Amino acid sequence: MTGEPHALHVDLTVDDRDVALDLTVGQGETVALLGPNGAGKSTVLGAVAGLLRPDRGSIRLGDRALFDAATRTWVPPHERRIALLAQDARLFPHLSALDNVAFGPRSQGTPRRDATTVATRWLEEVGMTAYARRRPRELSGGQAQKVAIARALATEPAVLLVDEPLSALDVESAPDVRDLLRRVTHDRTTLVVTHDVLDAALLADRVAVLHAGRVVEEGETSRVLSRPTSDFGARFAGLNLVRGVASDGDLRMPDGRLLHGIAETALDDGAPAAAVVAPSAVSVHLDTPHGSPRNSLNATVTDLEPHGQLVRVRTDLLSADITPPAVADLGLARGSRVVLSVKATEVHLHPA
Amino acid sequence: MTTTLVPRWLLVPAALGTLFVGLPIVAMALSVDWSSFGSLVTTEASTDALLLSLRTAAVSTLLCLILGIPLAVVLARATGTAATLLRSLVLVPLVIPPVVGGIALLQAFGRRGLLGSTLDVLGLQVAFSTTAVVIAQTFVAMPFLVLSLEGALRTAGTRYEDVSATLGAGPTTTFRRVTIPLALPGLISGSILAFARCLGEFGATITFAGSLQGTTRTLPLEIYLQREGDPRAAVALSLVLVAVAVLVIGLTRARRDSLAGGAP
Repeated sequence: MTGEPHALHVDLTVDDRDVALDLTVGQGETVALLGPNGAGKSTVLGAVAGLLRPDRGSIRLGDRALFDAATRTWVPPHERRIALLAQDARLFPHLSALDNVAFGPRSQGTPRRDATTVATRWLEEVGMTAYARRRPRELSGGQAQKVAIARALATEPAVLLVDEPLSALDVESAPDVRDLLRRVTHDRTTLVVTHDVLDAALLADRVAVLHAGRVVEEGETSRVLSRPTSDFGARFAGLNLVRGVASDGDLRMPDGRLLHGIAETALDDGAPAAAVVAPSAVSVHLDTPHGSPRNSLNATVTDLEPHGQLVRVRTDLLSADITPPAVADLGLARGSRVVLSVKATEVHLHPA
Repeated sequence: MTTTLVPRWLLVPAALGTLFVGLPIVAMALSVDWSSFGSLVTTEASTDALLLSLRTAAVSTLLCLILGIPLAVVLARATGTAATLLRSLVLVPLVIPPVVGGIALLQAFGRRGLLGSTLDVLGLQVAFSTTAVVIAQTFVAMPFLVLSLEGALRTAGTRYEDVSATLGAGPTTTFRRVTIPLALPGLISGSILAFARCLGEFGATITFAGSLQGTTRTLPLEIYLQREGDPRAAVALSLVLVAVAVLVIGLTRARRDSLAGGAP
């Protein structure tokens, strides 16, 4: 561990928010804590930043304990070297963009002139040099968030905490800020909390899925987003996850029906297993289709909702993405009886 | 301009309220004997009283700031029964009659008061001195500052203070560079209110400090005294007091508008 002084080890319990989790962010690594609103994401960040005291557990930066309930260790936030980027930029309204960025270095005792030099360099880094003299109220949301990023990084934090950085931004400025975040978090120990799977996909090396204050799934971003093993992971990844037991290389669902698919690793007969299916691979028919699909399953439509250019048809079994004309052709509505078909090659089976 | 609809019938009592406040001021201005105004307000007793009032009100406002700012910060950030009790205690001078406040101050700092003998030993005679005037004014005016600043601090919340801490700023730096600047409008209006209250202080002053020309006789006391002897002088001095109050409010308002650029 001494080799990674900037690795973050979090093991904490906060009783009144019902949060209990154990999470490590390696030095230079970016981990996304993915969860719906109210899952306890911000509680975790508050505890790591030192704005909230957990009931039990410990928080370590390398070998240094920032919090340890056992030894009653508590390092106040300003001595942690952990910067927090909030949802809203929270630039100090009474200071110019430049003075906002210089605030951290100045607070740590850097002489004014040097702090200004540092701030100027960081404003340049985020492409906001032209706005140095502006007050926060004269900046757009995206511009303010860029200044906030510069302000956080100007303190040379050991760890960067990022709380839903793009949720308050409009569609035009979000990609720009996301790009910047991607660039600055590249070699930095970063913990991002988000409910947006795109943030996780673009920023994180690893993803931990948080539900009701617990990590329900953790792994490399590409793995979690393509082969989720938890319902919540699948929901975030926008994939169908069907649980059952392995049966002769296929999946037997709880209702007894079989789902044919491809197992990436050998499955033991009778062992719990799960199938992952992309909604785009599922087609919807009114009658059993002719031809080759090995999976034809009766289902009932439970909901129809817009999904980009397509319509996501939710059923009691799998969700399917189809075009609006197809919805009209089929005359779909809630309660419609349909037949779903999906090729076996599109059904990925794995142990659960 | 707001587009919120005000019920039209509200305008009648609102107009009455305006008249109720404005009429006495206008009446006073009309009854001033302008030909002798200059000589009435420049008598030695008058200038003594005016200067004493300005001096003591300034010192008292400063004391209110020194004691009141920390108190407001503690009240704004503390929770629990103790904080509620403390808040009620701080508001007491606001709700008791000033005369009662003066009596209370006598019992604490007077020669026969709780701390009187201690102060005596130290060679300090507080009662019936200019110091007593300042104490009386600070006592009655501090709640105005505390209330106004506490409200501003609560509105500002701790969001910016949290950010400041995560940027490496210690509590004192955060207080100096974030908390106070963000609460500045509340601090300024609280100071104006406190200064105005100091300037107008009468009951506690006359009870605790007495009425000695040049030492404890502030402008309100002088006005009250003149009312018996020379009502024309009382009216003229009253107008001076109104003018000073309006001037102070005007000056600080202008200053606040120039600062408003910093407010969110």
